[in-house]
Amino acid sequence: MTDRRVRIALVCAVALVAVLIPFLFGPYRVGQFTLVLIYAVAALGLNLLVGYNGQISLGHGAFFALGAYTGALLIEKADVPYLATLPAAGALCFAAGYLFGVPALRLRGLYLALVTLGLAIATPQLIKRFDDLTEGTQGLTVEQPTAPGWTGLADDQFLYLLTLAAAAIMFLAAWNLMRGPIGRSVKAVRDGEIAASTIGVDLAATKTRVFALSAAYAGVGGALYVLALGFVAPEAFTLTLSFAFLAAIVVGGLATVSGALLGALFIEFVPVYASDVNDALTGVIYGGVLIAFMWVLPEGAAGLPRRLRELVLGRRHPEVADREDHLKAPVRGVPAGKA
Amino acid sequence: MERFVQVVVDGVATGSIYAAVALALVLIYRSTTIVNFAQGEMAMFSTFVAWGLYEGGVPLGLAVLTTLGLSFFAGMAIERGLIRHFEGGETLTLVIVTLGMFILLNSLAGWIWGFENRGFPSLFPDDSVTLGGVRLSVESLGIVAVLLAVVGLLTLLFQRTKVGLAMRAAALNPDSSALVGIRVGHMLMLGWGLAAALGALAGVLVAPRLFLDVNLMGSVLIYAFAAAALGGFDSALGAVVGGWIIGVSETLAGTYVDFIGSDLKILVPLGIIFVVLLVRPSGLFGQSEVARA
Repeated sequence: MTDRRVRIALVCAVALVAVLIPFLFGPYRVGQFTLVLIYAVAALGLNLLVGYNGQISLGHGAFFALGAYTGALLIEKADVPYLATLPAAGALCFAAGYLFGVPALRLRGLYLALVTLGLAIATPQLIKRFDDLTEGTQGLTVEQPTAPGWTGLADDQFLYLLTLAAAAIMFLAAWNLMRGPIGRSVKAVRDGEIAASTIGVDLAATKTRVFALSAAYAGVGGALYVLALGFVAPEAFTLTLSFAFLAAIVVGGLATVSGALLGALFIEFVPVYASDVNDALTGVIYGGVLIAFMWVLPEGAAGLPRRLRELVLGRRHPEVADREDHLKAPVRGVPAGKA
Repeated sequence: MERFVQVVVDGVATGSIYAAVALALVLIYRSTTIVNFAQGEMAMFSTFVAWGLYEGGVPLGLAVLTTLGLSFFAGMAIERGLIRHFEGGETLTLVIVTLGMFILLNSLAGWIWGFENRGFPSLFPDDSVTLGGVRLSVESLGIVAVLLAVVGLLTLLFQRTKVGLAMRAAALNPDSSALVGIRVGHMLMLGWGLAAALGALAGVLVAPRLFLDVNLMGSVLIYAFAAAALGGFDSALGAVVGGWIIGVSETLAGTYVDFIGSDLKILVPLGIIFVVLLVRPSGLFGQSEVARA
């Protein structure tokens, strides 16, 4: 019971800090935190797929790009009000994710990783290819939302709070979905496909829908990104972006909702400070961190308190023990580390 | 017609490079069921080492041979020091770890050698020969010959030597192999070493055709994946045939299909991977998987 109270207090504290941020920092910092929220939405989407459902996508940068260009084009070419671009980008990416997910269903584990990796590599070229629409390498400039007069807010504060509201809705939705029956069947597919299907989980439908939903999250993230920056260009959507999302969920914690936020902080602030030292340092840190976390802390930063408690109390939380044993389970009869 | 033959031969040469990387992937997949996403970046790193040696005054042939040797040991070290810890774990874990290596090696190379393009000298003379009225470059023919030689050597290793037999046994059934006295761990290390050396060879072959930079192997890896998927991830013959089919279809599509051109060529292997996995997931020569509950 205390566990639950601690958790509620923690969520309230985070929410309070999140609301206060635009009033505590200058415009530059506020802009950075806006990006953190945006990355958190995209990372959460990826985590639904990878962490909860056990499918691998290395191409979520592509859906993020699709959402961004959808938002930019709707605002610039069709004069759609900016708030309407968010659900539109989400819906389009849901559809795209669904179409991509239908064949991807048959691509188990590795193959899905392969195809999505290819998608991520091809994204900047595809954007440049359709340059009548996307203006190619030049990029698109988009008019950003301005704060309505009655709020008394500066534009950057308004943008931040707008993003925060959108992110909060997305987080609540994901949290609600994953703790209910749908979430249980999503996790059941991850933990054992055959077992899940024998208790009546429709594998194909579950996997495609999770893929589509996860793409929709990335798409909404992309549309928010356009509002926040007021500019899109193909260079923003290279392989590095897809890898950053993956690093975010591994660092934050696979199959946790809060991990997406921690991971987003990581991928926003690490490059800022690392590029002062060397352009290559960000990549070195991402790569090193992916390996190190899988080795030492497979449940990510969100699992750190639990891990510390185990160290202090000397026992493992049953749920964590279960998940860890599953991650390390020998598949082909080779005992891990003893072959 | 002459142009068509040239394009096809060129495609077979490019395909041979893909086949070499695909063979490296298959070598590792067969022994450990790991698809090594870092294979391409390991090769890129090796190519930079060869380039560094060459720039330092070592003759090209010697530089390449030294690099192959170094890559062999580096591959073994990676298996022993890093991958061994994760072997037998979940696919997701291994994909994340090899991807981590992908990013790490890519950025380290950028840190050490910078991000700019560099020229890499070809192992073959810049010459052409006329065969049946068609002019073909020595380089293309040379690359195909090198691949065939490598395939021959690997076949000898796996079919005619005791080490090769032990490697096959270790891949097929690690437990029983250990019982009859095969050092399974050593065999896996050997597999990674061979794969790293093969990748390095592909790197020095492809570098003169593209420019040497940290993204040298990015698209090559995707083509190699397509080749391995097409041939079947567990088939060495499949990797070679798959590489050739991918190479030829890529160059043909790039030359004759206007919409694709050179910048969208990457969609060809993606399309092929998709079709293969939908129609025949085990690939042309692979064995289909049987799942046991």
